[in-house]
Amino acid sequence: MKLKELESCLQQVDTFEKPKILLEQYPTSPHIAACMLYTIHSTFDDIEGKLVADLGCGCGVLSIGAAMLDAGLCVGFDIDDEALEIFRRNAEEFETSNVDLVQCDLCCLQGETYAQRFDTVIMNPPFGTKHNQGIDMKFLRAALTMATTAVYSLHKTSTREHIEKKANDWGVKMDVVAGLLSTKSQLFLNENVQTDHLTSLQSYDMICRLPTSFTRRNRLTSRWTSYGSPKPEKLFLEWI
Amino acid sequence: MKLLTHNMLTSHVKGVIKGYPLLIKATEVKVNEVEFNPQFVCRMIPKLEWCALVQAADQLGHRQDLPGELVPDYEKNEDFLKKVHRVLMEVEVLEGCLQCPESGREFPISKGIPNMLLNEDEV
Repeated sequence: MKLKELESCLQQVDTFEKPKILLEQYPTSPHIAACMLYTIHSTFDDIEGKLVADLGCGCGVLSIGAAMLDAGLCVGFDIDDEALEIFRRNAEEFETSNVDLVQCDLCCLQGETYAQRFDTVIMNPPFGTKHNQGIDMKFLRAALTMATTAVYSLHKTSTREHIEKKANDWGVKMDVVAGLLSTKSQLFLNENVQTDHLTSLQSYDMICRLPTSFTRRNRLTSRWTSYGSPKPEKLFLEWI
Repeated sequence: MKLLTHNMLTSHVKGVIKGYPLLIKATEVKVNEVEFNPQFVCRMIPKLEWCALVQAADQLGHRQDLPGELVPDYEKNEDFLKKVHRVLMEVEVLEGCLQCPESGREFPISKGIPNMLLNEDEV
């Protein structure tokens, strides 16, 4: 399946009808979801035939995408039954047989729950902007417990240093694979960012991020310039 | 809920030491056709709690002739892998509940989705 096809399919995925602010519910845009999944699949081969977990799956954009890329099974985890109902409907409409859904609270996971049961974890976790500070790190911790090969996650650029430090403390290797912008239609991949490594300590890699300022790379000069705040999609504007 | 997922689920009600495996009380079960991927099944087998899987299949009346113990050299045994595939991926619990073997607490399954959320006093 090609990237454009994947994105086109994901545009058909139904999203939240009444997003709950306190849970930071917003849909991962089909474009970002497609790019993220496509990279994980074609560059890292971490989807096809693998057991994948989607933490904070919401309406299932990432999971359905993973299923379309022939994940062995993708299990979505979320706390909200309304979101899971929409995901379930989506799975039915897309006739996806390789997804499963579990309702649970990922912040309350006991030590060894689901430990090392998944090959790959993918997620677009809550950022911790709504009286839930630190939730992104709890999700990361859960993800790192559950995955044997890799965790792919989206985070705000402003939290990057903090995450790097935590990754270090946990003995985890982190790579920033792509700098993504939250504008409506543009995706810029900053290949230079990929060379940002921590000292190699253990086996996990992560993709970060969702920057909150608009930067643009001039293709001729390869220079990056900041333009200040972007006009993100409406939902992003409310939550970030 | 597929049995591959069920194989991972545990009860963490306060005070419970071993909330695994969860007993399945199903009121509605469905069998779907899912594409058979022998490599995937092969890779999943070592990660499974085999007895829990057999017990779950039994509880659903879908065990058929799944052996109580893993057969040696299963990697090349396509017949065996197909049986495992059926039980792991094709049998689905749509309605019912999962019961903690220690506390008896029931976790409902509705429209195929198990609800593992605990109440405040159970955490």
